[in-house]
Amino acid sequence: MSPELLSALTVFVLAILVGFAVISKVPATLHTPLMSGANSIHGIVLVGSMFIAVEAHDLASQVLSLIAVAFATLNVVGGYVVTDRMLQMFRKKPVTPKPTEPAEG
Amino acid sequence: MDFETISILVRLAWLVGASAFVLGLMRMNSPATARNGNLLSAAGMVIAIVATAIFLLARPTEEGTGFNGTGWAIIVVGIVLGGGAGLYSARTVKMTAMPQLVSLFNAVGGGAAALIAIDDYLGLTAAPSPQVNVATVLDIVIGSVTFSGSLIASGKLQGLIAGKPILIPGGQLVTLALAAVTVIGAVFLWAGNLSLPVMLIILAAALIFGVTMVLPIGGADMPVVISLLNSFTGTAVAMAGFVLGNDVLIIAGALVGASGAILTKLMADAMNRSVLNIMLGGFGGGEGTVTEAGGGGSARAIGADDVAIQLAYASHVIIVPGYGLAVAQAQHAVRELAELLEERGVDVKYAIHPVAGRMPGHMNVLLAEANVPYPQLKEMDEINPEFDRADVALVVGANDVTNPAARRPGSPVSGMPILDVDHAKSIVVIKRSMGRGYAGIDNELYTNPKTGMLFADAKDGLAALTAAVKAL
Repeated sequence: MSPELLSALTVFVLAILVGFAVISKVPATLHTPLMSGANSIHGIVLVGSMFIAVEAHDLASQVLSLIAVAFATLNVVGGYVVTDRMLQMFRKKPVTPKPTEPAEG
Repeated sequence: MDFETISILVRLAWLVGASAFVLGLMRMNSPATARNGNLLSAAGMVIAIVATAIFLLARPTEEGTGFNGTGWAIIVVGIVLGGGAGLYSARTVKMTAMPQLVSLFNAVGGGAAALIAIDDYLGLTAAPSPQVNVATVLDIVIGSVTFSGSLIASGKLQGLIAGKPILIPGGQLVTLALAAVTVIGAVFLWAGNLSLPVMLIILAAALIFGVTMVLPIGGADMPVVISLLNSFTGTAVAMAGFVLGNDVLIIAGALVGASGAILTKLMADAMNRSVLNIMLGGFGGGEGTVTEAGGGGSARAIGADDVAIQLAYASHVIIVPGYGLAVAQAQHAVRELAELLEERGVDVKYAIHPVAGRMPGHMNVLLAEANVPYPQLKEMDEINPEFDRADVALVVGANDVTNPAARRPGSPVSGMPILDVDHAKSIVVIKRSMGRGYAGIDNELYTNPKTGMLFADAKDGLAALTAAVKAL
């Protein structure tokens, strides 16, 4: 096992553990936004798509990398925007003044 | 600045980006900081992408290929196309249709990860080192399964594909055969063989596997499936990171892989099902299974006017919104009724079961969209003791999550956490029929002497109630 692979593996395992720790604390209310937020994070695959695009010299690679870049950007942009829309709704809202005491029993 | 320095700075920028993802997820712990967390995560993404662009521009080109103008054109065009489509769809989608859009974004993410490995494989002239080979094949398999599976899941939620479980004749055998083909092909490649046809066979088998895996699963289970596929995509992206030797892909992919796995388990737990059970399909008929009226006691039908009087003269009302409310898009109607009651001095709260709606937390999003004040939304553990004080519990399109049978062993819903709706002094259920819920069993709540059934579509029923309360 090469040192590079070993360090990549270390990073991989630690990141998984961090993911478990971070997520298990989120209340159910936020699970859908969270899922959507996590969904946008794997849009990081755009970075990888850019790598293959600049190295694309034949038609097959160029087509594949164009689709990859477009797909990944769709994932990133759509993911973050839709998550933000969901979370926007949780904000503030002038809480309607509650009646002090219920009228009757 | 020489390339060495730039390279170090870029790596540091990737580290900043990865940290922003972690911190962003942490801030999504509470509603107060969640939005900020998502923006932090987005900022990390921008940093990582800009750093990548700088790295690629500054990198000395190998083999005298020079500046790859076509490559950069591809990046720009791809970003404009994907970004435009993403921005448009995310801003215009209705909140009720949001789960299928998330599934679609998940599909393309998995597709991009698979394409990276496919492209990498096309460029090979000799079998790569075993570890790269393993990562490449895993990336292709997981990414393709996610791609086709998420598209099917999205289609089911959108109604393009029947939501009910679709059983393929000999489906189990087909799925097993596809899995076998994939495994044999993978082992063949891992043994050090370089074969494009074998890779294409694996690709095809994985794509079909994704379809046959999701088709037999009922629409009501789609959230769990989407969450699982989200986790898969994360793993595929991490594998792409191994293929390219890129840490930021590995970190972000592993983070999502872990988060999706936890979330999937939480969602399955809340329904008292195992993930395996769901993936094997064939349980229940999925959403909207309408069977004959339930036996064992009779239900009492009640009219909107009677319910309106009960509600208007109550002090504490707890509304229990469920899947039926989401389907009927009755979130605005329920808010209207609640506001009307509040004006009359009635204390109104919403009891949100963890799996109400189509995903955990989906109901909160729908109600928040309808401007229901956040403090009125109560989670199960918080609201359950309050049912004892409630004068009326108004159940709108929720079924299994209110079934007292869950407290006893021996029923399909046994052990599932439920809302203690039957503890309320009086119970009103708005429902279209006596049809069974997802679990396919009768709900004992409906035959409880305290319960009145208002047979109507959630939206129509709530509108009728609002009109009746106004008329009082």
